[in-house]
Amino acid sequence: MSSDSPIFKSATELSQDLKAGTVSAVEITQAMIDRIDTVDEKVNAFLHIDKEDALAQAKASDERRARGELLSLLDGIPVGMKDVISVKDQPLTAASKILENYRSPYDATVVRKLKEAGAVVTGRLNLDEFAMGSSTENSAYGPTRNPWNLDCVPGGSSGGSSAAVAAREVPLSLGSDTGGSIRQPASLCGVVGMKPTYGMVSRYGLAAFASSLDQIGPFSTTVEDTALLLEIISGHDSLDSTSYPTEVPSYYAELKKSSEPKVLGLPKEFFGPGMDDEVRASIEQVIEYYRSIGYQTKEVSLPTTDLSIPVYYVIATAEASSNLARYDGIRYTSRSERAENAVDVYAKSRGEGFGSEVKRRCILGAYALSSGYYDAYYLRAQKARTLIRQDFEKAFTEVDAILTPTSPTPAFKFGEKSDDPISMYLSDVYTISTNLAGLPGISVPSGFSGSGLPIGVQLIGKAFEESSLLQIAHAYDREHLHGQKAPNL
Amino acid sequence: MEYEAVIGLEVHVQLDTNSKMFTRVGTGFGQPPNSLTDPVVLGLPGALPVMNEEAIEKSIKVGLLLDCKIAEVCKWDRKNYFYPDMPKNYQISQYDQPICEGGQVEIELAGDNPSRMGPHRMVELTRIHLEEDVGKLTHYEQDSLVDYNRAGCPLLEIVSEPDMHTPDEVFAYLTSLRNSLVAAGISACDMEKGQLRCDANISVRPKGENTLGTKVELKNLNTISGVRNGVEYEIRRQIRAIEEGTPIIQETRRWNPEQKYTTPMRTKEMAHDYRYFPDPDLMPVQIDQAWIDRVRKELPEKPFDKQRRYQEEMSLPYSITSALCGDHLLCAYFEEAAGLAKSAGKVANWVVNDLLRELSQANKVDEFAEEETEKITPQSCAVSPQMLAELVNLIEDGKLTNNVAKELFPEMFVTGKSATELAKEKGLDQQSDDSEIEGICAEAIANDPDAAEKFRGGKEGAINALKGAVMKATRGQANPKVVDETLRRLLAS
Repeated sequence: MSSDSPIFKSATELSQDLKAGTVSAVEITQAMIDRIDTVDEKVNAFLHIDKEDALAQAKASDERRARGELLSLLDGIPVGMKDVISVKDQPLTAASKILENYRSPYDATVVRKLKEAGAVVTGRLNLDEFAMGSSTENSAYGPTRNPWNLDCVPGGSSGGSSAAVAAREVPLSLGSDTGGSIRQPASLCGVVGMKPTYGMVSRYGLAAFASSLDQIGPFSTTVEDTALLLEIISGHDSLDSTSYPTEVPSYYAELKKSSEPKVLGLPKEFFGPGMDDEVRASIEQVIEYYRSIGYQTKEVSLPTTDLSIPVYYVIATAEASSNLARYDGIRYTSRSERAENAVDVYAKSRGEGFGSEVKRRCILGAYALSSGYYDAYYLRAQKARTLIRQDFEKAFTEVDAILTPTSPTPAFKFGEKSDDPISMYLSDVYTISTNLAGLPGISVPSGFSGSGLPIGVQLIGKAFEESSLLQIAHAYDREHLHGQKAPNL
Repeated sequence: MEYEAVIGLEVHVQLDTNSKMFTRVGTGFGQPPNSLTDPVVLGLPGALPVMNEEAIEKSIKVGLLLDCKIAEVCKWDRKNYFYPDMPKNYQISQYDQPICEGGQVEIELAGDNPSRMGPHRMVELTRIHLEEDVGKLTHYEQDSLVDYNRAGCPLLEIVSEPDMHTPDEVFAYLTSLRNSLVAAGISACDMEKGQLRCDANISVRPKGENTLGTKVELKNLNTISGVRNGVEYEIRRQIRAIEEGTPIIQETRRWNPEQKYTTPMRTKEMAHDYRYFPDPDLMPVQIDQAWIDRVRKELPEKPFDKQRRYQEEMSLPYSITSALCGDHLLCAYFEEAAGLAKSAGKVANWVVNDLLRELSQANKVDEFAEEETEKITPQSCAVSPQMLAELVNLIEDGKLTNNVAKELFPEMFVTGKSATELAKEKGLDQQSDDSEIEGICAEAIANDPDAAEKFRGGKEGAINALKGAVMKATRGQANPKVVDETLRRLLAS
């Protein structure tokens, strides 16, 4: 395939081509569909795609353009959806058997905003069931494969969203990040992935995993594209009480402004043992680059880092045990055929409908909330969460952003960690504290390992200062553009 | 041995709000099943709750009405349990930071003299919290049907202290609470529509003892009388059990209103662990003093305060005030008419006797009616307060006799015509034209010189024969007072 094909272009480039009239929205969407038809058999990023609907949206965009009624820079650009984000009349499975036959009767707020911006909202992207996992191996519909090495996982839980962008099946996608579920797969697939500040993007229409941690965010091949997509989906929503009433600047325009060199914090607790050597080398190369363009680096301390994983697995599972109670086999979820009475409907439908990781977390969470254990687990975890947040607040009095690896290792092989939940949980060790503190974090491709697997650097910013974080990320990305490299498929 | 019952009530009141507690969908009774739903009510994936300010404001109002302490900050908790009436399998409620704490409900008990106000006392409240209602299940042999129209409606749970001791106190408590809430526009409190529901916690102990006996929770008390009967039965059952030496089990029992007995539902061992935790989808709500002050300004007069005022300021008898004060619409009607009439006391009599009678006849339920018809209220009925005031003033001015007025009122109620209009139409306006009366009186004296003579001779009763003749001649339309005066004047000359 020629490198001139729309599939190898960033959303920004496609937007320019559309403007120049060298390509139509229908041609872009068709190229995307062809690409999916060619490579998705290998990658398995898509659970579902409504081609007719996608082409109809693209056609409507071309017609708008012909009338000169362009809605935004993203008008006519396809955006894929992690299969936990509701799109009216499209399936939503959360990669679970229990939602096999469910179609959403309404649009998530992010979807409404994208449609209003003229984007072609299409495709249901694979994930770990209910966003629980770090490898997309927990999907009831088979794992997604890493486009850079089909024997490796794409990361997770938004593995379908990261792999689809990496495999050039779609220029942009949305995922959700509860403990690293956007940034870790972005890192493992060599694309840009960002989790905004908690409250920046409406969660309305996102099938909840852990309400106090979940946040929707973009995947793209460049930081520039992420800025473009983020500014469209961000902003206060009256349908989400936890969405924050703040002005959304044009991140894309802000990116173009020149920015002063900043101070980057390097948390010493993140650079200890457990980090892969190639990852360390790649991150050091990033740090060197920043220094070379005038940035300062400073060691900072986040002493509660080691609490992150235990705290996360209490809070996230507690909330999940309650959030997932609605999937009960009574109404829109699949009912067990073996159910003979009311209790059976619950027990057997959930027993058959959920995978083992989901069951493990629901049981864990119910236990943490149960009478007599609440204080020791949930309440204590909430207190520790406050300490973690305070650690970051303190660090941010000295630095503008914190720089860490996104994942301790590049993509791992299938089955390598799936039998060992703890080692799987540890693959989120660098990303989890960001969610607990509610801060924005972005993973930017920083190069490749000797075996050709992508590596990513994570930048963590101050709450609601996405603009500054994107500028810092862009300062590295625009000169390296590792995400623009496409795998051989 | 003498026993004492200790009773606490948990009363659920559906708040009358325009929309549900966490979404824009409307509320209402009698709509087609599952028509008042949306992704939030149905608990679809991704749906999120957003707090309804009106529900909070109404809860504050109830708190102020019942002299509770209003929380500065209240938060929302999830009560987790699996049941098909709850789409999310958790109910959003308030666990440890209710919107109101403390407070009291004034109740009146029957006194020795039914025409005098009985003794009053305060029943202490523990707390009031706000939660979402659940759906309605209807069970059939094979299947159960669920209607989510009620699900997600704001529901206030008013928890009393174990501060009542007799079924009569329970009855008085519910009546007083309902009157207050209806008057404040909180809820219509119709138990048949489930707008007010009540569970009772009942224990029994030997009189004089301080420790509480084993508590039984009584459910399915669907009418106020049902509550009284259920509680009465349960107290008797417990006393009998104690006397027979059978231990009381801590359990939930169900009142069977048709057979009039209680049966066990579940024991304490079967109690749920609700795994309460703060709902991460909702922010805590801050209630500042300005908000409380604003709501306080809208508070209506409490029914018992109103009753005392009627008795003290308007000198209305207890029997009249007690008939008025249970119904705030009747009170509003009365006050408006009384303001326009020459006698508030007379207006009160008309409202309590005639207006109430006509209203209750007009609102008699037609058992064969297909649809429920809108009830006629004092405000919506054909006799406006102005019309009643006019009627009373006509009587006071001697332009209409009481008997004629009593005849006219039902017609006014049906036709909406004023008393003057109707009296004219029927030629019933009282003859107070003095010269005409004088002529008729003179004629009566001339026709019955015997009676006239006897009266003049000091036989007072003889005047009655003359009066009767005048009334006969005027077909009862003459004002008796005027007739009396005229006859005496003529006989004296």
